[in-house]
Amino acid sequence: MLFDIVDVNSSPSLSDPWWKVFYDFSSLTHKIDSSLHNAMSQFWTTIAEMLIIGVLILLFYALIGLFLVYAERKVCAFMQNRLGPNRVGPFGIFQTIADLFKLLFKELIPIKNADSFLFNLAPFIVIIASFMAIAAIPFAKGLHAIDLNIGVLYVIAVSAMGVIGVLLAGWSSNNKYSLIGAMRSGAQIVSYELSVGLSIITIVILAGSMQLSEIVEAQRTGWFIFKGHIPAFIAFIVFLVSSTAETNRGPFDLAEAESELTAGYHTEYSGIKFAFFFLAEYINMFIVASIAATVFLGGWMPFNVGHWDGFNHVMDFVPPFVWYIGKTFFVIFIMMWFKWTFPRLRIDQLLTLEWKYLLPINLVNVLIMAFLVLMGWHF
Amino acid sequence: MASNQIMFILFAAMIIVFSVLTVTSRKILRAAVYLLFVLVSTSGLYFMLNYQFLAAVQLTLYAGGIVVLIIFSILLTSHISQKFESSGWKKNVFSAIAAITGAILSIITILDYKFSATTEAAKEVDMRLIGKSLLSVDYDGYVLPFEVISVLLLATMVAAIVIAKKSGPAKTQSPTLNQE
Repeated sequence: MLFDIVDVNSSPSLSDPWWKVFYDFSSLTHKIDSSLHNAMSQFWTTIAEMLIIGVLILLFYALIGLFLVYAERKVCAFMQNRLGPNRVGPFGIFQTIADLFKLLFKELIPIKNADSFLFNLAPFIVIIASFMAIAAIPFAKGLHAIDLNIGVLYVIAVSAMGVIGVLLAGWSSNNKYSLIGAMRSGAQIVSYELSVGLSIITIVILAGSMQLSEIVEAQRTGWFIFKGHIPAFIAFIVFLVSSTAETNRGPFDLAEAESELTAGYHTEYSGIKFAFFFLAEYINMFIVASIAATVFLGGWMPFNVGHWDGFNHVMDFVPPFVWYIGKTFFVIFIMMWFKWTFPRLRIDQLLTLEWKYLLPINLVNVLIMAFLVLMGWHF
Repeated sequence: MASNQIMFILFAAMIIVFSVLTVTSRKILRAAVYLLFVLVSTSGLYFMLNYQFLAAVQLTLYAGGIVVLIIFSILLTSHISQKFESSGWKKNVFSAIAAITGAILSIITILDYKFSATTEAAKEVDMRLIGKSLLSVDYDGYVLPFEVISVLLLATMVAAIVIAKKSGPAKTQSPTLNQE
Protein backbone atom coordinates (compact mmCIF):
# COMPACT_ATOMS: atom_id res chain seq x y z
CA MET A 1 0.00 0.00 0.00
CA LEU A 2 1.13 3.49 -0.73
CA PHE A 3 0.06 5.01 2.56
CA ASP A 4 1.22 2.27 4.88
CA ILE A 5 3.58 3.24 7.59
CA VAL A 6 7.00 2.12 6.44
CA ASP A 7 7.69 -1.54 6.88
CA VAL A 8 10.99 -2.39 8.52
CA ASN A 9 12.07 -6.01 8.58
CA SER A 10 12.82 -6.23 12.27
CA SER A 11 10.02 -7.65 14.37
CA PRO A 12 8.92 -5.58 17.35
CA SER A 13 9.18 -7.16 20.75
CA LEU A 14 7.26 -5.94 23.74
CA SER A 15 9.91 -6.78 26.31
CA ASP A 16 12.27 -3.95 25.28
CA PRO A 17 12.60 -1.05 27.70
CA TRP A 18 10.72 2.13 26.72
CA TRP A 19 13.80 4.11 25.68
CA LYS A 20 14.62 1.54 23.00
CA VAL A 21 12.00 3.26 20.90
CA PHE A 22 14.40 6.13 20.28
CA TYR A 23 16.73 3.74 18.47
CA ASP A 24 14.09 2.01 16.37
CA PHE A 25 10.72 3.67 15.83
CA SER A 26 9.37 0.73 13.81
CA SER A 27 8.10 -1.09 16.92
CA LEU A 28 6.13 2.00 17.95
CA THR A 29 4.66 2.52 14.48
CA HIS A 30 3.80 -1.20 14.23
CA LYS A 31 2.03 -1.04 17.56
CA ILE A 32 -0.01 2.00 16.50
CA ASP A 33 -0.79 0.35 13.16
CA SER A 34 -2.00 -2.92 14.69
CA SER A 35 -4.08 -1.22 17.38
CA LEU A 36 -5.76 0.92 14.71
CA HIS A 37 -6.41 -2.21 12.65
CA ASN A 38 -8.12 -3.84 15.62
CA ALA A 39 -10.31 -0.82 16.19
CA MET A 40 -11.56 -0.19 12.64
CA SER A 41 -11.62 -1.40 9.04
CA GLN A 42 -8.76 -1.13 6.55
CA PHE A 43 -10.23 1.95 4.90
CA TRP A 44 -10.57 3.94 8.10
CA THR A 45 -7.18 2.78 9.31
CA THR A 46 -5.60 4.26 6.20
CA ILE A 47 -7.51 7.50 6.73
CA ALA A 48 -6.55 7.66 10.41
CA GLU A 49 -2.88 6.97 9.67
CA MET A 50 -2.84 9.63 7.00
CA LEU A 51 -4.37 12.08 9.48
CA ILE A 52 -1.88 11.24 12.22
CA ILE A 53 1.09 11.58 9.87
CA GLY A 54 -0.35 14.78 8.42
CA VAL A 55 -0.77 16.39 11.84
CA LEU A 56 2.70 15.28 12.95
CA ILE A 57 4.31 16.68 9.81
CA LEU A 58 2.35 19.91 10.15
CA LEU A 59 3.53 20.30 13.73
CA PHE A 60 7.11 19.52 12.80
CA TYR A 61 6.86 21.95 9.89
CA ALA A 62 5.72 24.81 12.10
CA LEU A 63 8.29 24.15 14.83
CA ILE A 64 11.19 23.83 12.38
CA GLY A 65 10.05 27.00 10.62
CA LEU A 66 9.98 28.97 13.87
CA PHE A 67 13.32 27.62 14.98
CA LEU A 68 15.06 28.22 11.63
CA VAL A 69 13.98 31.87 11.53
CA TYR A 70 15.42 32.35 15.00
CA ALA A 71 18.59 30.45 14.06
CA GLU A 72 19.04 32.54 10.93
CA ARG A 73 18.81 35.77 12.91
CA LYS A 74 21.24 34.55 15.54
CA VAL A 75 23.73 33.24 12.95
CA CYS A 76 23.44 36.49 11.00
CA ALA A 77 24.09 38.46 14.20
CA PHE A 78 27.07 36.26 15.00
CA MET A 79 28.56 36.80 11.54
CA GLN A 80 28.05 40.57 11.84
CA ASN A 81 29.35 40.79 15.40
CA ARG A 82 25.97 41.69 16.89
CA LEU A 83 23.77 40.11 19.56
CA GLY A 84 20.63 39.42 17.53
CA PRO A 85 17.20 39.01 19.12
CA ASN A 86 17.62 39.02 22.91
CA ARG A 87 14.57 40.67 24.48
CA VAL A 88 11.67 38.21 24.21
CA GLY A 89 12.42 35.30 26.54
CA PRO A 90 15.87 34.02 27.47
CA PHE A 91 18.30 34.71 24.55
CA GLY A 92 15.28 35.92 22.58
CA ILE A 93 14.01 32.43 21.82
CA PHE A 94 10.37 33.55 21.83
CA GLN A 95 11.05 36.34 19.31
CA THR A 96 9.83 34.33 16.30
CA ILE A 97 6.64 33.32 18.13
CA ALA A 98 5.92 37.00 18.71
CA ASP A 99 6.64 37.65 15.03
CA LEU A 100 4.29 34.83 14.06
CA PHE A 101 1.43 36.40 16.05
CA LYS A 102 2.15 39.74 14.47
CA LEU A 103 1.89 38.19 11.00
CA LEU A 104 -1.30 36.33 11.91
CA PHE A 105 -3.02 39.54 13.04
CA LYS A 106 -1.98 41.60 10.03
CA GLU A 107 -4.47 42.64 7.41
CA LEU A 108 -4.59 40.67 4.15
CA ILE A 109 -4.49 43.47 1.60
CA PRO A 110 -6.39 42.60 -1.59
CA ILE A 111 -4.80 43.91 -4.79
CA LYS A 112 -7.21 45.67 -7.10
CA ASN A 113 -5.81 44.83 -10.52
CA ALA A 114 -4.35 41.47 -9.62
CA ASP A 115 -5.58 38.11 -10.83
CA SER A 116 -7.08 37.21 -7.46
CA PHE A 117 -7.42 33.46 -8.12
CA LEU A 118 -3.77 32.97 -9.03
CA PHE A 119 -2.68 35.52 -6.42
CA ASN A 120 -4.28 33.48 -3.66
CA LEU A 121 -3.26 30.14 -5.14
CA ALA A 122 0.47 30.89 -5.40
CA PRO A 123 1.44 30.69 -1.68
CA PHE A 124 -0.40 27.38 -1.39
CA ILE A 125 1.47 25.85 -4.34
CA VAL A 126 4.77 26.85 -2.75
CA ILE A 127 3.82 25.39 0.61
CA ILE A 128 2.23 22.19 -0.76
CA ALA A 129 5.36 21.45 -2.80
CA SER A 130 7.58 21.62 0.28
CA PHE A 131 5.01 19.64 2.28
CA MET A 132 5.01 16.80 -0.24
CA ALA A 133 8.79 16.65 -0.23
CA ILE A 134 9.07 16.41 3.54
CA ALA A 135 6.87 13.28 3.57
CA ALA A 136 9.54 11.17 1.87
CA ILE A 137 12.43 12.07 4.13
CA PRO A 138 13.73 9.42 6.56
CA PHE A 139 14.02 11.07 9.98
CA ALA A 140 15.17 8.01 11.92
CA LYS A 141 14.95 4.26 11.76
CA GLY A 142 11.28 3.47 11.17
CA LEU A 143 10.29 7.14 11.18
CA HIS A 144 9.63 7.52 7.50
CA ALA A 145 6.17 8.35 6.13
CA ILE A 146 6.49 7.03 2.54
CA ASP A 147 9.44 4.93 1.44
CA LEU A 148 9.15 5.13 -2.34
CA ASN A 149 11.54 3.03 -4.40
CA ILE A 150 12.52 6.18 -6.30
CA GLY A 151 12.62 8.37 -3.19
CA VAL A 152 15.43 10.67 -4.31
CA LEU A 153 13.84 11.35 -7.69
CA TYR A 154 10.49 12.03 -6.00
CA VAL A 155 11.94 14.57 -3.59
CA ILE A 156 13.74 16.41 -6.40
CA ALA A 157 10.62 16.33 -8.57
CA VAL A 158 8.29 17.64 -5.91
CA SER A 159 10.53 20.27 -4.39
CA ALA A 160 11.10 21.75 -7.85
CA MET A 161 7.38 22.43 -8.21
CA GLY A 162 7.60 25.31 -5.76
CA VAL A 163 8.95 27.49 -8.56
CA ILE A 164 5.50 27.44 -10.19
CA GLY A 165 4.12 29.19 -7.12
CA VAL A 166 6.88 31.79 -7.31
CA LEU A 167 6.22 32.44 -11.01
CA LEU A 168 2.47 32.73 -10.44
CA ALA A 169 2.96 35.07 -7.48
CA GLY A 170 5.16 37.36 -9.53
CA TRP A 171 2.86 37.52 -12.52
CA SER A 172 -0.48 37.78 -10.75
CA SER A 173 0.65 40.64 -8.48
CA ASN A 174 0.60 42.96 -11.53
CA ASN A 175 3.76 44.66 -10.33
CA LYS A 176 6.97 45.07 -12.30
CA TYR A 177 9.25 44.32 -9.38
CA SER A 178 7.36 41.12 -8.70
CA LEU A 179 7.45 40.11 -12.36
CA ILE A 180 11.21 40.67 -12.67
CA GLY A 181 11.79 38.78 -9.42
CA ALA A 182 9.70 35.85 -10.59
CA MET A 183 11.44 35.78 -13.95
CA ARG A 184 14.88 35.69 -12.36
CA SER A 185 13.77 33.00 -9.98
CA GLY A 186 12.40 30.91 -12.83
CA ALA A 187 15.59 31.08 -14.90
CA GLN A 188 17.66 30.34 -11.82
CA ILE A 189 15.72 27.34 -10.55
CA VAL A 190 15.27 25.71 -13.95
CA SER A 191 19.00 25.83 -14.62
CA TYR A 192 20.24 24.89 -11.15
CA GLU A 193 17.91 21.92 -10.96
CA LEU A 194 20.20 20.16 -13.45
CA SER A 195 23.16 20.42 -11.13
CA VAL A 196 21.18 19.25 -8.11
CA GLY A 197 19.94 16.23 -10.05
CA LEU A 198 23.31 15.32 -11.53
CA SER A 199 25.19 15.62 -8.24
CA ILE A 200 22.67 13.28 -6.62
CA ILE A 201 22.90 10.87 -9.57
CA THR A 202 26.63 10.64 -8.83
CA ILE A 203 25.78 9.20 -5.44
CA VAL A 204 22.96 7.05 -6.80
CA ILE A 205 25.58 5.35 -9.01
CA LEU A 206 27.60 4.58 -5.90
CA ALA A 207 24.58 3.44 -3.86
CA GLY A 208 22.96 1.47 -6.66
CA SER A 209 19.51 2.49 -5.47
CA MET A 210 17.21 5.50 -5.35
CA GLN A 211 15.28 4.30 -2.32
CA LEU A 212 16.15 6.59 0.57
CA SER A 213 16.00 3.86 3.21
CA GLU A 214 18.40 1.71 1.15
CA ILE A 215 20.73 4.65 0.60
CA VAL A 216 20.87 5.18 4.36
CA GLU A 217 21.32 1.46 5.02
CA ALA A 218 24.21 1.25 2.52
CA GLN A 219 26.06 3.85 4.62
CA ARG A 220 26.22 1.65 7.71
CA THR A 221 29.88 0.90 7.01
CA GLY A 222 30.78 4.46 6.10
CA TRP A 223 29.17 7.63 4.84
CA PHE A 224 29.13 8.06 1.07
CA ILE A 225 31.22 11.21 1.26
CA PHE A 226 34.05 9.02 2.63
CA LYS A 227 33.22 5.90 0.62
CA GLY A 228 33.22 7.68 -2.72
CA HIS A 229 36.12 9.98 -1.72
CA ILE A 230 37.09 12.45 -4.51
CA PRO A 231 34.01 12.39 -6.81
CA ALA A 232 31.64 12.20 -3.84
CA PHE A 233 33.28 15.21 -2.27
CA ILE A 234 33.06 17.19 -5.52
CA ALA A 235 29.41 16.18 -5.81
CA PHE A 236 28.81 17.36 -2.24
CA ILE A 237 30.29 20.80 -2.96
CA VAL A 238 28.31 21.11 -6.20
CA PHE A 239 25.16 20.02 -4.39
CA LEU A 240 25.67 22.61 -1.67
CA VAL A 241 26.15 25.44 -4.17
CA SER A 242 23.33 24.48 -6.51
CA SER A 243 20.84 23.67 -3.76
CA THR A 244 21.50 27.04 -2.15
CA ALA A 245 20.64 28.55 -5.51
CA GLU A 246 17.57 26.39 -5.88
CA THR A 247 16.12 27.54 -2.57
CA ASN A 248 16.58 31.19 -3.66
CA ARG A 249 18.88 31.96 -0.77
CA GLY A 250 21.77 34.36 -0.69
CA PRO A 251 24.21 34.78 -2.40
CA PHE A 252 21.74 33.66 -5.09
CA ASP A 253 18.72 35.57 -3.78
CA LEU A 254 18.25 37.63 -6.94
CA ALA A 255 14.56 36.82 -6.95
CA GLU A 256 14.02 38.97 -3.88
CA ALA A 257 17.03 41.25 -4.04
CA GLU A 258 15.79 43.86 -1.58
CA SER A 259 18.07 46.63 -2.77
CA GLU A 260 16.73 46.59 -6.33
CA LEU A 261 13.36 44.81 -6.27
CA THR A 262 11.99 45.66 -2.77
CA ALA A 263 11.00 42.05 -2.06
CA GLY A 264 10.76 40.46 -5.50
CA TYR A 265 7.89 38.11 -6.11
CA HIS A 266 6.26 38.52 -2.69
CA THR A 267 6.27 42.34 -2.62
CA GLU A 268 2.48 42.55 -2.77
CA TYR A 269 1.74 39.88 -0.21
CA SER A 270 0.85 40.67 3.38
CA GLY A 271 -0.04 38.89 6.59
CA ILE A 272 -0.23 35.13 6.60
CA LYS A 273 0.18 34.80 2.83
CA PHE A 274 3.56 36.48 3.11
CA ALA A 275 4.32 34.20 6.06
CA PHE A 276 3.65 31.19 3.81
CA PHE A 277 6.36 32.27 1.37
CA PHE A 278 8.68 33.06 4.23
CA LEU A 279 8.06 29.72 5.92
CA ALA A 280 8.37 27.76 2.68
CA GLU A 281 11.78 29.29 2.03
CA TYR A 282 13.09 28.02 5.36
CA ILE A 283 11.45 24.62 5.01
CA ASN A 284 12.93 24.25 1.53
CA MET A 285 16.31 24.95 3.06
CA PHE A 286 15.61 22.28 5.65
CA ILE A 287 14.56 19.77 2.97
CA VAL A 288 17.63 20.43 0.87
CA ALA A 289 19.87 20.14 3.91
CA SER A 290 18.28 16.88 4.97
CA ILE A 291 18.73 15.47 1.46
CA ALA A 292 22.39 16.44 1.68
CA ALA A 293 22.60 14.82 5.12
CA THR A 294 20.83 11.66 3.94
CA VAL A 295 22.61 11.18 0.65
CA PHE A 296 26.12 12.32 1.51
CA LEU A 297 26.44 12.23 5.29
CA GLY A 298 24.70 8.98 6.13
CA GLY A 299 21.25 10.17 7.24
CA TRP A 300 20.50 8.84 10.70
CA MET A 301 23.50 6.45 10.65
CA PRO A 302 25.99 7.11 13.45
CA PHE A 303 29.60 7.94 12.67
CA ASN A 304 31.46 4.63 12.69
CA VAL A 305 35.12 4.08 11.91
CA GLY A 306 36.33 0.67 10.72
CA HIS A 307 37.39 -1.51 13.66
CA TRP A 308 37.39 1.01 16.49
CA ASP A 309 34.80 -0.99 18.39
CA GLY A 310 34.79 1.11 21.55
CA PHE A 311 34.43 4.34 19.59
CA ASN A 312 31.70 2.84 17.39
CA HIS A 313 29.81 1.66 20.46
CA VAL A 314 29.83 5.13 21.98
CA MET A 315 28.63 6.58 18.66
CA ASP A 316 25.85 3.99 18.37
CA PHE A 317 24.63 5.09 21.80
CA VAL A 318 23.50 8.47 20.39
CA PRO A 319 19.91 8.05 19.05
CA PRO A 320 19.58 8.10 15.22
CA PHE A 321 17.18 11.04 15.32
CA VAL A 322 19.85 13.15 17.04
CA TRP A 323 22.36 12.20 14.36
CA TYR A 324 19.94 13.13 11.63
CA ILE A 325 19.07 16.52 13.17
CA GLY A 326 22.72 17.24 13.93
CA LYS A 327 23.86 16.58 10.36
CA THR A 328 20.96 18.53 8.89
CA PHE A 329 21.67 21.55 11.06
CA PHE A 330 25.35 21.33 10.18
CA VAL A 331 24.44 21.69 6.49
CA ILE A 332 21.95 24.45 7.32
CA PHE A 333 24.65 26.33 9.21
CA ILE A 334 26.94 26.12 6.16
CA MET A 335 24.15 27.52 3.99
CA MET A 336 23.57 30.40 6.42
CA TRP A 337 27.30 31.01 6.46
CA PHE A 338 27.15 31.31 2.64
CA LYS A 339 24.32 33.80 2.85
CA TRP A 340 25.94 36.19 5.30
CA THR A 341 29.48 36.15 3.91
CA PHE A 342 29.18 36.23 0.11
CA PRO A 343 27.97 39.21 -1.93
CA ARG A 344 24.98 38.70 -4.20
CA LEU A 345 25.68 37.55 -7.76
CA ARG A 346 24.39 39.28 -10.90
CA ILE A 347 22.02 37.31 -13.12
CA ASP A 348 24.65 36.77 -15.84
CA GLN A 349 27.26 35.67 -13.30
CA LEU A 350 24.71 33.29 -11.85
CA LEU A 351 23.94 31.65 -15.19
CA THR A 352 27.65 31.54 -16.12
CA LEU A 353 28.42 29.74 -12.87
CA GLU A 354 25.82 27.09 -13.62
CA TRP A 355 26.20 26.50 -17.35
CA LYS A 356 29.93 27.06 -17.78
CA TYR A 357 31.30 25.66 -14.53
CA LEU A 358 28.98 23.51 -12.42
CA LEU A 359 27.34 21.56 -15.25
CA PRO A 360 30.56 20.46 -17.04
CA ILE A 361 32.19 19.64 -13.70
CA ASN A 362 29.15 17.57 -12.81
CA LEU A 363 29.05 15.66 -16.09
CA VAL A 364 32.73 14.75 -15.83
CA ASN A 365 32.21 13.87 -12.17
CA VAL A 366 29.43 11.41 -13.02
CA LEU A 367 31.77 9.70 -15.49
CA ILE A 368 34.56 9.52 -12.90
CA MET A 369 32.19 8.04 -10.34
CA ALA A 370 30.91 5.42 -12.81
CA PHE A 371 34.51 4.48 -13.64
CA LEU A 372 35.37 4.29 -9.94
CA VAL A 373 32.44 2.00 -9.20
CA LEU A 374 33.25 -0.23 -12.19
CA MET A 375 36.88 -0.58 -11.11
CA GLY A 376 35.88 -1.05 -7.47
CA TRP A 377 38.12 1.78 -6.28
CA HIS A 378 35.66 3.01 -3.68
CA PHE A 379 35.79 1.89 -0.08
CA MET B 1 -16.47 1.44 -1.88
CA ALA B 2 -12.79 0.74 -1.56
CA SER B 3 -10.36 3.57 -0.93
CA ASN B 4 -8.72 2.84 -4.28
CA GLN B 5 -11.95 3.51 -6.13
CA ILE B 6 -12.56 6.75 -4.24
CA MET B 7 -9.06 7.97 -5.08
CA PHE B 8 -9.48 6.95 -8.73
CA ILE B 9 -12.79 8.78 -9.04
CA LEU B 10 -11.24 11.84 -7.40
CA PHE B 11 -8.27 11.89 -9.78
CA ALA B 12 -10.43 11.14 -12.83
CA ALA B 13 -12.86 13.93 -11.95
CA MET B 14 -9.98 16.34 -11.45
CA ILE B 15 -8.46 15.39 -14.80
CA ILE B 16 -11.74 15.84 -16.66
CA VAL B 17 -12.78 19.10 -14.97
CA PHE B 18 -9.39 20.76 -15.30
CA SER B 19 -8.93 19.57 -18.90
CA VAL B 20 -12.18 21.25 -19.85
CA LEU B 21 -11.19 24.37 -17.92
CA THR B 22 -7.81 24.43 -19.68
CA VAL B 23 -9.37 24.79 -23.09
CA THR B 24 -12.25 27.04 -22.08
CA SER B 25 -10.42 29.55 -19.88
CA ARG B 26 -9.88 32.90 -21.55
CA LYS B 27 -6.94 33.91 -19.39
CA ILE B 28 -3.81 32.23 -20.67
CA LEU B 29 -1.93 31.82 -17.41
CA ARG B 30 -4.97 30.31 -15.71
CA ALA B 31 -5.17 27.81 -18.56
CA ALA B 32 -1.55 26.88 -17.90
CA VAL B 33 -2.29 26.38 -14.20
CA TYR B 34 -5.27 24.15 -14.98
CA LEU B 35 -2.98 22.15 -17.26
CA LEU B 36 -0.62 21.77 -14.30
CA PHE B 37 -3.46 20.33 -12.21
CA VAL B 38 -4.28 17.85 -14.98
CA LEU B 39 -0.68 16.67 -15.17
CA VAL B 40 -0.33 16.37 -11.39
CA SER B 41 -3.54 14.32 -11.15
CA THR B 42 -2.25 12.06 -13.93
CA SER B 43 0.86 11.41 -11.88
CA GLY B 44 -1.46 10.60 -8.97
CA LEU B 45 -2.98 7.86 -11.17
CA TYR B 46 0.49 6.47 -11.83
CA PHE B 47 1.15 6.43 -8.09
CA MET B 48 -2.06 4.43 -7.65
CA LEU B 49 -0.79 1.90 -10.19
CA ASN B 50 2.34 1.57 -8.01
CA TYR B 51 4.48 2.70 -10.95
CA GLN B 52 6.34 5.27 -8.91
CA PHE B 53 9.12 5.88 -11.41
CA LEU B 54 6.71 7.01 -14.12
CA ALA B 55 4.84 9.16 -11.59
CA ALA B 56 8.01 10.93 -10.50
CA VAL B 57 9.09 11.39 -14.12
CA GLN B 58 5.66 12.84 -14.89
CA LEU B 59 6.13 15.31 -12.04
CA THR B 60 9.68 16.31 -13.04
CA LEU B 61 9.23 16.49 -16.79
CA TYR B 62 5.68 17.73 -17.20
CA ALA B 63 4.84 19.60 -14.01
CA GLY B 64 8.35 20.77 -13.18
CA GLY B 65 9.72 21.17 -16.69
CA ILE B 66 7.18 21.76 -19.41
CA VAL B 67 4.61 23.71 -17.39
CA VAL B 68 7.37 25.89 -15.94
CA LEU B 69 8.61 26.64 -19.46
CA ILE B 70 5.06 27.40 -20.64
CA ILE B 71 4.48 29.72 -17.67
CA PHE B 72 7.87 31.31 -18.22
CA SER B 73 7.11 32.11 -21.84
CA ILE B 74 3.70 33.48 -20.86
CA LEU B 75 5.41 35.72 -18.31
CA LEU B 76 7.67 37.07 -21.04
CA THR B 77 5.00 37.67 -23.64
CA SER B 78 1.65 38.53 -22.12
CA HIS B 79 0.31 41.12 -19.73
CA ILE B 80 -2.09 40.47 -16.90
CA SER B 81 -4.87 42.54 -18.45
CA GLN B 82 -4.86 40.42 -21.61
CA LYS B 83 -7.96 38.34 -22.11
CA PHE B 84 -8.73 36.30 -25.18
CA GLU B 85 -11.95 37.10 -26.99
CA SER B 86 -14.44 34.32 -27.06
CA SER B 87 -14.37 32.49 -30.36
CA GLY B 88 -17.41 32.51 -32.60
CA TRP B 89 -20.20 29.95 -32.34
CA LYS B 90 -19.04 28.15 -35.50
CA LYS B 91 -15.67 27.37 -33.99
CA ASN B 92 -17.28 26.31 -30.72
CA VAL B 93 -19.71 23.93 -32.40
CA PHE B 94 -17.15 22.33 -34.68
CA SER B 95 -14.52 21.87 -31.99
CA ALA B 96 -17.17 20.42 -29.67
CA ILE B 97 -18.18 17.95 -32.40
CA ALA B 98 -14.55 16.98 -32.99
CA ALA B 99 -13.89 16.51 -29.26
CA ILE B 100 -17.07 14.49 -28.64
CA THR B 101 -16.44 12.26 -31.67
CA GLY B 102 -12.92 11.57 -30.46
CA ALA B 103 -14.17 10.79 -26.97
CA ILE B 104 -16.89 8.44 -28.28
CA LEU B 105 -14.42 6.62 -30.53
CA SER B 106 -11.93 6.03 -27.74
CA ILE B 107 -14.67 5.03 -25.26
CA ILE B 108 -16.04 2.46 -27.74
CA THR B 109 -12.55 1.05 -28.28
CA ILE B 110 -11.90 0.81 -24.55
CA LEU B 111 -15.25 -0.86 -23.84
CA ASP B 112 -14.71 -3.33 -26.70
CA TYR B 113 -11.38 -4.46 -25.38
CA LYS B 114 -11.46 -7.44 -23.03
CA PHE B 115 -9.28 -6.49 -20.08
CA SER B 116 -8.22 -9.79 -18.56
CA ALA B 117 -7.06 -9.57 -14.96
CA THR B 118 -3.77 -11.27 -14.23
CA THR B 119 -3.24 -13.39 -11.18
CA GLU B 120 0.43 -12.41 -10.96
CA ALA B 121 1.57 -10.45 -7.96
CA ALA B 122 2.23 -6.75 -8.47
CA LYS B 123 5.75 -6.24 -9.76
CA GLU B 124 8.11 -3.88 -8.00
CA VAL B 125 9.52 -1.79 -10.82
CA ASP B 126 12.83 -0.59 -9.51
CA MET B 127 15.44 1.60 -11.12
CA ARG B 128 17.78 -1.27 -11.99
CA LEU B 129 15.10 -3.07 -14.01
CA ILE B 130 14.19 0.08 -15.93
CA GLY B 131 17.82 0.85 -16.70
CA LYS B 132 18.54 -2.69 -17.88
CA SER B 133 15.52 -2.93 -20.15
CA LEU B 134 16.19 0.53 -21.61
CA LEU B 135 19.64 -0.57 -22.78
CA SER B 136 18.88 -4.20 -23.60
CA VAL B 137 18.92 -5.53 -27.17
CA ASP B 138 16.82 -8.60 -26.32
CA TYR B 139 13.21 -9.19 -27.27
CA ASP B 140 11.92 -6.94 -24.44
CA GLY B 141 14.66 -4.36 -24.86
CA TYR B 142 14.10 -0.72 -25.68
CA VAL B 143 17.53 0.22 -26.99
CA LEU B 144 16.34 1.20 -30.48
CA PRO B 145 13.59 3.65 -29.41
CA PHE B 146 15.95 4.97 -26.75
CA GLU B 147 18.65 5.71 -29.32
CA VAL B 148 16.20 7.17 -31.83
CA ILE B 149 14.82 9.55 -29.21
CA SER B 150 18.36 10.52 -28.19
CA VAL B 151 19.22 11.39 -31.79
CA LEU B 152 15.99 13.37 -32.09
CA LEU B 153 16.80 15.33 -28.93
CA LEU B 154 20.31 16.03 -30.17
CA ALA B 155 18.90 17.30 -33.46
CA THR B 156 16.48 19.62 -31.66
CA MET B 157 19.24 20.95 -29.47
CA VAL B 158 21.48 21.68 -32.46
CA ALA B 159 18.54 23.35 -34.20
CA ALA B 160 17.84 25.50 -31.14
CA ILE B 161 21.46 26.63 -30.98
CA VAL B 162 21.48 27.47 -34.69
CA ILE B 163 18.31 29.54 -34.31
CA ALA B 164 19.53 31.33 -31.19
CA LYS B 165 23.01 32.02 -32.58
CA LYS B 166 23.79 35.60 -33.57
CA SER B 167 24.06 35.61 -37.36
CA GLY B 168 27.27 37.30 -38.47
CA PRO B 169 28.07 41.02 -38.43
CA ALA B 170 24.59 42.22 -39.46
CA LYS B 171 23.31 43.08 -35.99
CA THR B 172 19.58 43.38 -35.68
CA GLN B 173 18.16 45.34 -32.80
CA SER B 174 16.04 42.99 -30.78
CA PRO B 175 14.17 44.07 -27.70
CA THR B 176 15.53 42.36 -24.63
CA LEU B 177 14.41 42.03 -21.07
CA ASN B 178 16.92 44.60 -19.85
CA GLN B 179 15.20 47.48 -21.59
CA GLU B 180 12.13 47.26 -19.43
